[in-house]
Amino acid sequence: MTTGAQALVRSLESVGCEVIFGIPGGAILPAYDPLLESSIRHILMRHEQGAGHAAEGYAHVTGKVGVCMATSGPGATNLVTPLADAFMDSVPVVAVTGQVPRAVIGNDAFQEADICGITLPITKHNYKVMDADEIPEVIAEAFHIASTGRPGPVLVDIPKDVLQSQTEFKWPSSINLPGYRPIVQPNARQIRGAARLINESRRPVLYVGGGVLKARAAEELLHLAEAIGAPVVTTLMARGAFPDNHPLCLGMPGMHGSYAAVTAMQRSDLLINVGARFDDRVTGNLQGFAPEAKIIHADIDPAEIGKNRAADVPIVGDARSVIVELSRAVVENMSVDGRPDLNAWHELVSSWSRDYPIAYRQEDDGPIKPQFVVDLFNQALKGEAVVVTGVGQHQMWASQIMSCNRPYSWVTSGGLGTMGFAVPAALGAKVGRPDERVVAIDGDGCFQMTAQELATATLNHTPFIVAILNNAYLGMVRQWQELFYDERYSEVHLPQEVPDYAKLAEAYGAVGLRATRPEEVETIIDKALGVDDRPCVIDFRVDSSEMCFPMVPAGASNDDIILGPSSPDEPDAGDADIRRTA
Amino acid sequence: MNTASQTLSVLVENKPGVLARISGLFARRGFNIDSLAVGETEDPAVSRMTIVVSVDNKPLEHVTKQLHKLINVLRIAELPHNASVERELALIKVGAGAGRRAEVLEMVEIFRAKVIDVDPESIVVEATGTPEKIEALLQLLSPFGIIEMARTGRVALGRGARGLRAGVLRPVPVQEAS
Repeated sequence: MTTGAQALVRSLESVGCEVIFGIPGGAILPAYDPLLESSIRHILMRHEQGAGHAAEGYAHVTGKVGVCMATSGPGATNLVTPLADAFMDSVPVVAVTGQVPRAVIGNDAFQEADICGITLPITKHNYKVMDADEIPEVIAEAFHIASTGRPGPVLVDIPKDVLQSQTEFKWPSSINLPGYRPIVQPNARQIRGAARLINESRRPVLYVGGGVLKARAAEELLHLAEAIGAPVVTTLMARGAFPDNHPLCLGMPGMHGSYAAVTAMQRSDLLINVGARFDDRVTGNLQGFAPEAKIIHADIDPAEIGKNRAADVPIVGDARSVIVELSRAVVENMSVDGRPDLNAWHELVSSWSRDYPIAYRQEDDGPIKPQFVVDLFNQALKGEAVVVTGVGQHQMWASQIMSCNRPYSWVTSGGLGTMGFAVPAALGAKVGRPDERVVAIDGDGCFQMTAQELATATLNHTPFIVAILNNAYLGMVRQWQELFYDERYSEVHLPQEVPDYAKLAEAYGAVGLRATRPEEVETIIDKALGVDDRPCVIDFRVDSSEMCFPMVPAGASNDDIILGPSSPDEPDAGDADIRRTA
Repeated sequence: MNTASQTLSVLVENKPGVLARISGLFARRGFNIDSLAVGETEDPAVSRMTIVVSVDNKPLEHVTKQLHKLINVLRIAELPHNASVERELALIKVGAGAGRRAEVLEMVEIFRAKVIDVDPESIVVEATGTPEKIEALLQLLSPFGIIEMARTGRVALGRGARGLRAGVLRPVPVQEAS
């Protein structure tokens, strides 16, 4: 006989869990006792939100299920934001929460919260385990559900007395989920239909979403893109799914996407969407989006197909299977009908990339431009790092400028747009891939939301760099107030020197650095790259007034893309301060 | 009842909390439920929910696809009105003192409803039928004064020999620790 708690820990071991990010508390206490003897590493976080985002960061870079643990009531409710984040971005996460004893559930007991009820709309599934005998089965199911089909978060809530009660540990040999059968293999007829459209198209664009990374299909995608010769746009969730340095890559589409990516979609006659969801940040005004394009939409989640934009050829299936089958069919058609001539399209698209690059203006004696910091990081890292971001201007600059040439080297919060994601997610990423250098590009607003996890990072020897683009504002909100609210700045100022980020870093046992002038940036980056035994925080005091462009205003059509002052028609003409990014 | 409504028959695992998962999904995806009835099926591990959903603004497909994603949902069938039988049960308490009782009983007789409780001031009528029939009866009874009423919501089955079944359970091998 074992206790429910021992059964829980043995189940987690059996399912292959290596690390748990968590914080103990009253109701989950029994589960923490057998952890002392377990092979599973537990990382003691400073806030449950941090535990959830760390589990996400871990899952993003490893492809494995990230696990977080918290106690009942406030411990569990603090997981709500990361669970919602994981739900929106389809991140495989399992959260285990303690619950008050069965006898007092529903009595408003101390630290009671109906976490299953609360997380119903933001989890793929959740469980309240009312019998210790069910624990192994539930854990096996939870990991299965989290990691298969369209991945997502699963919460397992276990009352304290269930953890304490006696049970026989029996690891199940099979999983019985009659209502859960993700469709992996695409329909052959749909594949043929899609291949036909591809072979007829003269202006195709591969619109690649996070599903391609979830399906671990980056290599297959490269093959498909080259077979078709289609330009590729990678959404915020798919950065790295296709190498940025590939001639067919146009970068990120959408609200702050590259001109070439946005415009290629607008002018396309065929969008081949694999694992993306026509999100409003990508499409802009739906009515004006890609008006001439036929749509192939492949997704493992049938509910995404036709949700925002009707598909001419809907394909339900795993992105890798879809891509492999599609490549085969396309190549077969080409062997009969020959290769369509896409030269005119390629020339047009390259002219957009050439004429409207991501550029910025850095004066030698002016303030540091945030893009300059990201640009120098990009040059220093040469793609050899995992880049993590928060949410806002810094995130868009990082996505625009950092070269993502490898899959799983980009970790961000997309759908939910969770400020404060970067520091704990960077920690989780470093734990998952300790051999990789991890660099968080963060904002000053974001950083202050979860900075406490620097303590966790220092104490667990998980070194990473946090580059704060400290512009003294909630920058993206400021940008909207400048553009759409007549420069009436309401509640967006965060004084640049409070807190003293370098001192704060030192207080957490991290290295704290600061750069205030452009000529210091390179040296400071070099210095930070030399720190390998603890986290390093850099306070880059950057220009407050810099705005993020290109930009499609919310609700506008993608045709109304604003290029911004740093991207004149001929960027190199006569202005030595304009810098084009690689 | 709304004209732009459709009936869904949903087989779900008979487990605690499933009703909340389903009703919550309708609410957050912006669909209105006109009526919802739940009960066990021939298999006690499976419940059938008959959901009448108004489809004024969005295609029904949007919500059925989302419903399919719920782990506890086994099967979903759309039941078109012309290919299914639909019934509803209503208990109607009508004010019927000695003077008007005969009239009420006449209505009850015509609608082939039943009187299941009588007291000096009122009677309780049990009526079964299509939602339209119940509506018609209510209209005729309302002049007598409807004191209170309880309706079950619609239950429905497709016509013909074919049935909606949960299907054979095919277990999936459990993932091994690497």
